[in-house]
Amino acid sequence: MIRFENVFKRYPERGEALGSVNLEVQAGEMVFLTGHSGAGKSTMLRLIGLIERPTRGQIVVNGRNLATLPRRQIPFYRREVGMIFQDHRLLPDRSVFDNVAMPLVVAGVGQKEIGRRVRAALDQVGLLSRERATPVALSGGEQQRVGIARAVVGRPPVLVADEPTGNLDPDLSREIFELFERFHYVGVTLMIATHDLNLVKSMRHRTLTLDAGRLVNDTGDW
Amino acid sequence: MAKQRSRRRRGPRLLDLPGIWLGQHWQTALETLGRLKENPLPSAMTVAVIGISLALPAALYVMTDNLRTMAGGWDQTAAISLFLRFETDDTHAKRLSQDLATWSEISRVHLITREQALEEFRALGGFEEALEEITKNPLPIVLAIYPTPTYSTPELLEGLQDKLLKLPEADFARMDTLWLQRFQAILDLVQSGSLLLGLLLGIGVLLIVGNTIRLEILNRRIEIEIMELVGATAAFIRRPFLYAGAWYGLLGGATAWLLVTISVLLLQQPVSRLASLYRSEFQLSGLGFAATGVTLGASVLLGLIGSWIAVNRHLRGAEPQ
Ligand SMILES: Nc1ncnc2c1ncn2[C@@H]1O[C@H](COP(=O)(O)OP(=O)(O)O)[C@@H](O)[C@H]1O
Ligand SMILES: [Mg+2]
Repeated sequence: MIRFENVFKRYPERGEALGSVNLEVQAGEMVFLTGHSGAGKSTMLRLIGLIERPTRGQIVVNGRNLATLPRRQIPFYRREVGMIFQDHRLLPDRSVFDNVAMPLVVAGVGQKEIGRRVRAALDQVGLLSRERATPVALSGGEQQRVGIARAVVGRPPVLVADEPTGNLDPDLSREIFELFERFHYVGVTLMIATHDLNLVKSMRHRTLTLDAGRLVNDTGDW
Repeated sequence: MAKQRSRRRRGPRLLDLPGIWLGQHWQTALETLGRLKENPLPSAMTVAVIGISLALPAALYVMTDNLRTMAGGWDQTAAISLFLRFETDDTHAKRLSQDLATWSEISRVHLITREQALEEFRALGGFEEALEEITKNPLPIVLAIYPTPTYSTPELLEGLQDKLLKLPEADFARMDTLWLQRFQAILDLVQSGSLLLGLLLGIGVLLIVGNTIRLEILNRRIEIEIMELVGATAAFIRRPFLYAGAWYGLLGGATAWLLVTISVLLLQQPVSRLASLYRSEFQLSGLGFAATGVTLGASVLLGLIGSWIAVNRHLRGAEPQ
């Protein structure tokens, strides 16, 4: 589902962020990505989301070679990859409903269908009763769940999350991870970057470790 | 039965797509208009500036158009006034005028006797005291000569005037249309000037709309970024800004129309009064149907182009580094 072939990423000012990464993630796998701060976790996820392009090497996601994907196809590719960010990236002046509906609105889905699918997604993250609220009225954990609802509302086959629990306490973090596990059980491919090693160990999923841009450990599938 | 239902559930049929597409555009257009109302002050300022910019050339057009209509009424005045020698009497003058009417250059000759000339002079008013002192009518007989249309050019009229002056009865002649032609040439100049002014102000409108749209794009940077992340196409992101430009143009054009129309209404009465002093039926007319259409069409087009430029410069769509 996700394949990295000898991928390098170099930032002009900072030098190499990723070096010679090779990786194969099967469809439906749930993978944790760990490593020290600055190890290159975010960079890897941004490459998958096609927010950045690799300096060298090939990335294939969901059968699409990102290197040869024409620019006009990028929006359609992004609808196949749900992205979750540490800072949520919600619009503070829009309701929870409108925030979650955004991927469907930009895809031209009809009003009725939007209502149905947004409520289904909010139900999955346990926020059905808060659809009229604005994100600022929600707690950090709730905001992150809105971000997750937005990422899954278009039912993408791939989900990537960059330190989704970075600002949450352990209990809330576990809740969020268990939520991800539920998507894993219905066949979604997930890659989650996180610092939270205790949580990662207790959940028993494949775990990758990055160190200074190199993939130094891969537990393989559990 | 079951097959049909599943097909319907899969999504819109191809035949419905144009309707859906139009519906989406209409919805975007309405949403964009709603967004203009959210920031009424900057929106109103932009519309006002566009309105005033477009009102100037439109007003100039209305002015020259009216002057042309007015000048058209004067075409009926004689091309050449031929003043006869003082000793010529009315019967002789009458025979001469009939004679002249047979010339190929001349379509019509109108005889103004001394008495008629004096009457007209009296009717103008303001000369009562001077006229009372006069015992003998000092005015000569005048033949007002209307040339055939083919002889109405300045050069040919000049020739006709020379020919007329060779008549033994002729004292002197005055060409009446020269100033009219000069006037029309000036009108042409003013009209080209208003076209140029319109062009310059049109560029101004492009810049105004472009700048307003640019600021709106900057204000919505974060939203645009998120929309791109969740898979919005460049066209989808651009569309509301293009609509905003078109709305600015349309509202600005309507404002221009309103400004010109109000000005015309305010001036109508004084102009009619002035015209009646000159025994003219002249009526000030505003932007006609066609000119209104051109004004609104041009304003929408300018708004669209202005926003299109801004959108092209500031919204390039999802572009990975
Ligand atoms: N946009 C960027 N421009 C320049 N350097 C960057 C950028 N993003 C990340 N880096 C650098 O790349 C390396 C990896 O960063 P990142 O992928 O964010 O690591 P992590 O998410 O594991 O903390 C770091 O040295 C960081 O400074
Ligand atoms: Mg990071």
